Amino acid sequence: MKRAVLGGLTLGGIGLGVMRWLSSRRTKVRTRQAASRWLMVTINRRPEEVVPDGRLPEPLARLGDAIEVQVREAPGDRGTELGARPITPVPAGVTGVLARLGDEDPRQAVRRALRESKCLIETGEVLRPDEPPTTRPTPAGRILDLAAQRAGGEGRL
Amino acid sequence: MKALCWQGVNELSVEHVPDPRILNAQDAIVKVKLTTTCGSDLHLLGGYIPAMRAGDVIGHEFLGEIVEVGTEVRRHKVGDRVVVASIIGCGRCWYCENDLWSACDNSNTKPAFADMLYGQPIGGIYGYSHVTGGYKGSHAQYIRVPFVDYGAFHVPDGVDDMDALFTSDSAPTGWMGADLAGVRPGDVVAVWGCGAVGQMAARAAMLLGAERVISIDRYPERLAMTERYVGCETLDYTRTDIIEELKERTGGRGPDVCIEAVGLEAEGAGRRHLYDKAKQRLGMTLDRPIAVREAIYACRKAGSVFILGVFAGLVDKFPLGAMMNKGLTVRSAQQHGQRYIPKLLDLVARGELRTAHLATHTMPLDQAPRGYDMFKNKKDGCVRAVFRPWA
Ligand SMILES: NC(=O)c1ccc[n+]([C@@H]2O[C@H](COP(=O)([O-])OP(=O)(O)OC[C@H]3O[C@@H](n4cnc5c(N)ncnc54)[C@H](O)[C@@H]3O)[C@@H](O)[C@H]2O)c1
Ligand SMILES: [Zn+2]
Ligand SMILES: [Zn+2]
Repeated sequence: MKRAVLGGLTLGGIGLGVMRWLSSRRTKVRTRQAASRWLMVTINRRPEEVVPDGRLPEPLARLGDAIEVQVREAPGDRGTELGARPITPVPAGVTGVLARLGDEDPRQAVRRALRESKCLIETGEVLRPDEPPTTRPTPAGRILDLAAQRAGGEGRL
Repeated sequence: MKALCWQGVNELSVEHVPDPRILNAQDAIVKVKLTTTCGSDLHLLGGYIPAMRAGDVIGHEFLGEIVEVGTEVRRHKVGDRVVVASIIGCGRCWYCENDLWSACDNSNTKPAFADMLYGQPIGGIYGYSHVTGGYKGSHAQYIRVPFVDYGAFHVPDGVDDMDALFTSDSAPTGWMGADLAGVRPGDVVAVWGCGAVGQMAARAAMLLGAERVISIDRYPERLAMTERYVGCETLDYTRTDIIEELKERTGGRGPDVCIEAVGLEAEGAGRRHLYDKAKQRLGMTLDRPIAVREAIYACRKAGSVFILGVFAGLVDKFPLGAMMNKGLTVRSAQQHGQRYIPKLLDLVARGELRTAHLATHTMPLDQAPRGYDMFKNKKDGCVRAVFRPWA
């Protein structure tokens, strides 16, 4: 009995977490401030290695005119702070949530590009997640998969 | 290949799953020879670690042979006998360069989960939920090892597989606790927990020069093992008031360094324990910090507390006042294995660190669910069950 309750809680907790994650981001997306905030990563390299001759790292360059970019030296020995944000307005409200589920939120694409740029510059390649993601399809698993698919485009890295 | 999969709370099964492939040029595929249970897996089994998915392969403390390498692998070749750190580090981000490997920026490809839970993404760990990257674990015949040049270490000739195995996770975790807590010659050190991690922490404290080490648990066989192989004093927390006993043994000061190697499923002797258990069961809190609380109360003024035990979320009744007013330094981490493994292999080779006694039970991978049952319920004196995927 205890086991079943705990199991339900844990899996329910994940579903809840995902919902909360979506809705909390939704409120943020609604505010103009959040929509225009810079997405940042710090790269453990000097600015001239991050943007040699002003050239953007490949994953960011791919986003072309859709984004604006800033580069500045990080304090101490921490390398370079690289920031980017979409120029086009971010979808808001319900459309925004749907866009996020479909992985179409431009901010997600920017976030992912920043993270990939960092990994590429620091390690020489973009690390790929283990695959296949699962061998056993379950309803709770599907919620997690959905979140996992987008997880690369979320988070601060 | 065969692998042990988490199927739900307290549900494990051995399944046939696809073989891993090289996905990055710095990957290797390791053929697993030995892989062992860890207290951290019990937290997965109990359902306390979020973002586990039915079918996830678990296991993270292992040793094996490299059978395939990516085109950019420089320090390893096919045929190498290696022990692999349980956490994954890229070796080149700011954290890895500062020897804080479990905080690696690049080894977790699913940073959103930890970012949501903890405010920052944490590094990757094998077989330890999607919060730490969703990597497949080592309780399998093969495993993909990303950034293998940094995470895998050549086992010196003359060191047995079973001796080297525990330098993957439990030994470096214990060593980190004693090292980063700042154990110095002359210190009195108390260690909560006589599992593999606690035993390794106690041994590390002795090797770092502690004058006296006192280990705490309730299982007679674990206490006896600690006395015999670690060579320190022990206390049974069900038979004595730990805080008073430690005061008496330290001239009223309290230990200089307190290391907690118990984690979120801590047991207790008193009423407070029942309160914690009830809250955990009702889902009102995730973690039971019983040993952490005791360590903070016991520690001398301006002393140092290191939390090695794993916690997942929020705790209740954390003695912030004691910590603040006594001027304690409290530190914690998932283990920075890469920082310590070469030194530990060396100590094992010289016979100064004994580890093989931790492997109380060895069995084929097919019997892993039974192994976990023994390990979880401390049956037959089980301290670590070791699986042989090819037996
Ligand atoms: N920080 C890391 O990187 C890292 C690595 C490995 C393990 N861990 C964690 O370390 C902890 C210990 O791991 P292990 O493999 O040794 O586990 P284990 O389950 O074998 O040992 C835990 C021991 O703690 C004892 N214990 C329980 N309540 C206690 C109390 N109130 N006082 C004293 N002892 C108590 C138990 O009797 C048991 O012997 C776990 O939480 C595990 O998740 C952390
Ligand atoms: Zn472990
Ligand atoms: Zn790193």
